[in-house]
Amino acid sequence: MKNKNLYNYILGIADNSLILGQRLGELCGHGPSLETDIACTNMSLDLLGQVRSYYQYAAKIAGDGRTEDDIAMLRKEREYFNVLLVEQPNTDFGYTMARQFLFDVYHFLMLTELEKSTDLNLSAIAKKSIKEVSYHKRFSSDWIKRLGDGTEESHSRIQTAINDLWTYTDELFHQTEADKAIVAEGVGVDVTKLKDAYYEEVNAVLEEATLSVPQSKYFQKGGKQGIHTEHMGYLLADLQYMQRTYPNMEW
Amino acid sequence: MSGDQIKNLEAEFEARIARDEKIEPKDWMPEKYRQTHIRQISQHAHSEIVGMLPEGNWITRAPSLRRKVALLAKVQDEAGHGLYLYSACETLGITRDELYEQLHSGKAKYSSIFNYPTVTWADMGAIGWLVDGAAIINQVPLCNTSFGPYARAMVRVCKEESFHQRQGYEIMLKLCNGTPEQKEMAQDALNRWWWPSLMMLGPTDDMSVHTEQSMKWKLKRKTNDELRQQFIDQTVPQADILGLTIPDPDLKWNEERQSYDFGEINWDEFWQVVKGHGPMNKERMKARVGAWERGEWVRDAAMAHAEKQQERKNKQVV
Amino acid sequence: MSNKKNWPLWEVFVRSKNGLEHRHFGSLHAADAEMALENARDVYTRRNEGVSIWVVESKHITASNPEHNGELFEPAQDKVYRHPTFYDLPDDVKHM
Repeated sequence: MKNKNLYNYILGIADNSLILGQRLGELCGHGPSLETDIACTNMSLDLLGQVRSYYQYAAKIAGDGRTEDDIAMLRKEREYFNVLLVEQPNTDFGYTMARQFLFDVYHFLMLTELEKSTDLNLSAIAKKSIKEVSYHKRFSSDWIKRLGDGTEESHSRIQTAINDLWTYTDELFHQTEADKAIVAEGVGVDVTKLKDAYYEEVNAVLEEATLSVPQSKYFQKGGKQGIHTEHMGYLLADLQYMQRTYPNMEW
Repeated sequence: MSGDQIKNLEAEFEARIARDEKIEPKDWMPEKYRQTHIRQISQHAHSEIVGMLPEGNWITRAPSLRRKVALLAKVQDEAGHGLYLYSACETLGITRDELYEQLHSGKAKYSSIFNYPTVTWADMGAIGWLVDGAAIINQVPLCNTSFGPYARAMVRVCKEESFHQRQGYEIMLKLCNGTPEQKEMAQDALNRWWWPSLMMLGPTDDMSVHTEQSMKWKLKRKTNDELRQQFIDQTVPQADILGLTIPDPDLKWNEERQSYDFGEINWDEFWQVVKGHGPMNKERMKARVGAWERGEWVRDAAMAHAEKQQERKNKQVV
Repeated sequence: MSNKKNWPLWEVFVRSKNGLEHRHFGSLHAADAEMALENARDVYTRRNEGVSIWVVESKHITASNPEHNGELFEPAQDKVYRHPTFYDLPDDVKHM
């Protein structure tokens, strides 16, 4: 492949949205209220829409006849580059919202930069996505505040979720070799520069939600190198089920 | 109010409906009208909500991204339709929580078709094509029903549902134009969903208890048997286009009636499922009750937060 | 929990495009106004139906009673002089 770095860079972004969209899709029909159910599905649909644009572009770059679905569903686990955060399970609504919030704040900052990319395709996708993600961030931040400053039980549950997921936040700002090369070309976003703004914003919301900011300095990483948590295999088993069971068919 | 007065009111009420006037929530209505509407609208709402589950079962496993977003959007619509219908029902003086309670305790019914399992991807096609097809036949006449909020909810539902059946049929079409294995999958799904879809249109007219009153109140415009015939007549040619065989050896065109004759429906199976002994009744209820119970702390938290916010606001004013 | 408070009911009004008035679209449940707005957006504008949303808690709406419809609305029925067709004008008068 001629532009392997760009291809991998796009997958890194797209896989985050794919895996998070898949996780949210699991909840459809199982939310705490009808209204919340519909809202979470909207976020899932936004993310999967973004995913399709990215993979279609990636398929064009690969130029080897693979389609968006081949890229989305026919890679091995080690070839998915999403961060560990987005693959974490829907343990309860607190985890779902905490995961969403911790990702949305990053996602919004990243897209704001990606919109300035010299790659017109990526810039256009970012421009469209940013409005969707801006809403996601609002939605998840509001829920963090409701749960944090709600009942004793909800406060404790959302604090636990934030504490548990915190360990996956640092990875958002890591760069792979492909990332570095693409940043140098003016196409990619230098995520290392987003870190301060990220924690500032996250901490402000947590404070408003009467939650404490986890102090742990131990972080997990690996997703960007394709080394995932144990949850990932099961998620992919679902995602890939049809494509693996019935290879080379159209649906 | 004296018995005579009530009789007069009832006569005037029936006359209004006969003149095609709409009844609105605050209007006087006979208690039986209110109760019948609560029952029918909430059953309809419950069916939408429980109906999310069999299709929701395939969201994470949809075979392509295009299919995944279409299915998600469809199942989400069902949540929306449940919501519209619960809202319409609430105008009659009952809360959504009370309606849920009726569903969860088994007191309220929902469409029995959702008590069958979705075992292959082709079931997504069959449900969209057949189940939504039968639902549309049931629902379109309700856009003109006498109770205003129900009629308005149905207008919105019917408008939004127009893509649902096409979504299902397209899945079937793709399977039938695919490999022999795919076509077999489609035929298998048709075999399993055909009869339950016919049952979905309700018991035969001689067995149906509500029909006459429902006709008068425009909760029904055609009898169950008429609807069933309409469904069969419009669906058989669609199966022909797919190249699939309807699993009924007695099905044949009746030149004289200009309609299809069809075989005996297994009503024992129908009543078994209605009474709670279908393959998935228990699972469906477990899923609904589970979601509601797991969501309790979330709903409580949101209320507690809203109250705190309100208190803070009040303090600022003082 | 015995003294359970459920999410109250809200009425949703949507302006489908600028130039049109807000129209009653339906109702939903939400714990607070912010959530009601967000839910209204997610429930009632998923097909691009709106450019502006109002929400109001249902309990704040005061409605007229249909039993008073006679005194409220019937007196307006015979005030035909409020309508242009009440006035006779020769056919040659244009643009009036």
